[in-house]
Amino acid sequence: MDQHLKRNLLKTMVRIRLFEEKVEELFLSGVLPGFVHLYIGEEAIASGVCSALKKSDYITSTHRGHGHVLAKGARMDRMMAELYGKKTGYCKGKGGSMHIFDFNLGVLGANGVVGGGFPIAVGAGLSAKLKRTDEVCVCFFGDGSSNRGTFHESLNMAAAWNLPVIYVCENNRYAATTPTHTTTSVNNIADRATGYGIPGVIVDGNNVEEVYSAAKNAIERARNGEGPTLIECKTYRIKGHFVGDPERYRSKDEVKEMKALDPIERYIKGLFDENVCTIEEVEEIYQGIRNEVIIAIKFAEGSPNPEPEDALTDLYVMEEGIYYA
Amino acid sequence: MREMNMAEATLEAMIEEMRQDDNVFVLGEDIASQGGIFGQFKGLADLFGKEKVIDTPISETAIMGAGLGAALTGMRPVIDMHYVDFIGVAMDEMCNQIAKIRYMSGGQVKAPLVVRAPDGLINSAAAQHSQNLEAWFVHTPGLKVVTPSNPADAKGLLKAAIRDDDPVLYLENKALFKRKGMVPDGEFIIPIGEAARVRDGKDVTIITYSIMVSKSLEAADILSKQEGIEIEVIDLRTLFPLDKEIIFSSIKKTGHLMIVHEACKIGGLGSEISAMVAEECIEYLDGPIIRLGQMHVPVPFSPIMEKYITPNVNDIVNGVKKMLINSFENIITT
Ligand SMILES: Cc1ncc(C[n+]2csc(CCOP(=O)(O)OP(=O)(O)O)c2C)c(N)n1
Ligand SMILES: [Mg+2]
Repeated sequence: MDQHLKRNLLKTMVRIRLFEEKVEELFLSGVLPGFVHLYIGEEAIASGVCSALKKSDYITSTHRGHGHVLAKGARMDRMMAELYGKKTGYCKGKGGSMHIFDFNLGVLGANGVVGGGFPIAVGAGLSAKLKRTDEVCVCFFGDGSSNRGTFHESLNMAAAWNLPVIYVCENNRYAATTPTHTTTSVNNIADRATGYGIPGVIVDGNNVEEVYSAAKNAIERARNGEGPTLIECKTYRIKGHFVGDPERYRSKDEVKEMKALDPIERYIKGLFDENVCTIEEVEEIYQGIRNEVIIAIKFAEGSPNPEPEDALTDLYVMEEGIYYA
Repeated sequence: MREMNMAEATLEAMIEEMRQDDNVFVLGEDIASQGGIFGQFKGLADLFGKEKVIDTPISETAIMGAGLGAALTGMRPVIDMHYVDFIGVAMDEMCNQIAKIRYMSGGQVKAPLVVRAPDGLINSAAAQHSQNLEAWFVHTPGLKVVTPSNPADAKGLLKAAIRDDDPVLYLENKALFKRKGMVPDGEFIIPIGEAARVRDGKDVTIITYSIMVSKSLEAADILSKQEGIEIEVIDLRTLFPLDKEIIFSSIKKTGHLMIVHEACKIGGLGSEISAMVAEECIEYLDGPIIRLGQMHVPVPFSPIMEKYITPNVNDIVNGVKKMLINSFENIITT
């Protein structure tokens, strides 16, 4: 793996981390409306997978979507503005944290409905097949969402039609407050791949290079017309299910133990060991991203709010004859 | 009587009903260990065990369908849908299976189950976590639909819903869970199908329910103080079957009707009530009917836009004034 790529993997993870640490702080101080689900601790997955994608490839995201969208190349300032509910946000303040889209980057949407992305990814794969492009679609999903019917229907369809879709499970052990093993029939989500006749791969989701390699293989397969792959990334959600979660369902010790496996710290150590970068270079990366975050906040705070009447735009393409009250 | 919030009132109803009927149990996501995302099931699993208070997978389709299967075979399930928005995932089970099974079987079976579904706007939850979908279900034959506006009704309606032998959709506005009120002790049932006159008035009838009851009462006080207009406020409590008697008798008294709900106005319950009044007692109307509801867009994230599309106290006050200016009497004399 070349050194440039390694540094970029680190950069992407740090970008997600610093963005979200700021978002958490802003949310707790009451600056941001709505509610937010943080990806902290799971950054290696989006970073590894999206680094193996082309800009023209598609992804579907989840309610915990900041990382996916940033890793796919989204601008931090417009994301921040969206979380502020500003007019300059990616969705002009209509979407918020759970519904960030950037269609230009192939982001087919974060989703407030758990499991909403599975069939959308099938459709994106179907388009690629019908139009004979070499694009693929990655569907990010949580362990808990694999109990939705959409998971099963979609994997079957994608497999039966040999579509270029890669299903990436972020197994952080919990579905909101419920430990997933208490509601799930298999030990590994990847075991379910067998039922659909596709490869199921398990990787350490806190090891960004391992994620990258698995994604690269699956993407190549998909581009070559060999059909879907299910990649299960074992990880852990360091923060609560949402910011403000009292976290009664797990112990502080458990969180502490898992925090020791932080994907970013681990990766930095590895890069030092391999002499890929120096402390100064890492500090430089952090400094650059800290600046990006500051600029993003300035942009968001300096941006205008939507006009109330803006609520009545963007619903239809052909608005003629439409009324709203 | 004791003071408690609506989440606590529904919890009390659950406890009482589970104690008196062993067949009552609860299915839903994050209800046992978490106690429900709005605290509405707090401690219930400690009292009845995780066999009766069941944390399910994220499988709304199967939760709803399994609820029906259990109801057909002797249990009385209460199904928690987390947010009403997620009923979309179980729409076939709700509307094609649960709602129809008794009828299709020629009355052989019954499906005594309750679907609890938190609805409404709260904290800029945006388009997929903010909806009011009662009209979908009132439009579906076979379901009963109830929705409380205060803790006492929350308890009484939930108890009635659990005891009812037909499927009942119990809609609870998220913004009301924390709202406090006095609740009668022990056996206290609000019969399904009975509305309540929550304010007496002679000039205008406002028909409303859920979160909009308190807003209508606030508007009524303003109109009384500032304009000397006396509003009669009817809290429907049950959305199907409607309490036609109380609706018609109030209109006969006031001659003016406004319907207020948080749900979208177009195709909303207000449309049904307006048409029903026009068909069955138009001769008592002294002016046009006014409906207030959300504008016809998904709920936007930005608080500024969210506020703009939602009816508020001012809209009610202004609506009433406009409605009286446009009364038939004024139109004829000018
Ligand atoms: C259909 C549906 N059911 C329930 C919810 C409520 N909900 C939001 S996130 C969540 C847990 C999701 O767990 P998982 O898929 O493992 O993703 P994670 O949050 O762990 O990233 C639940 C139950 C929802 N948004 N949509
Ligand atoms: Mg999870």
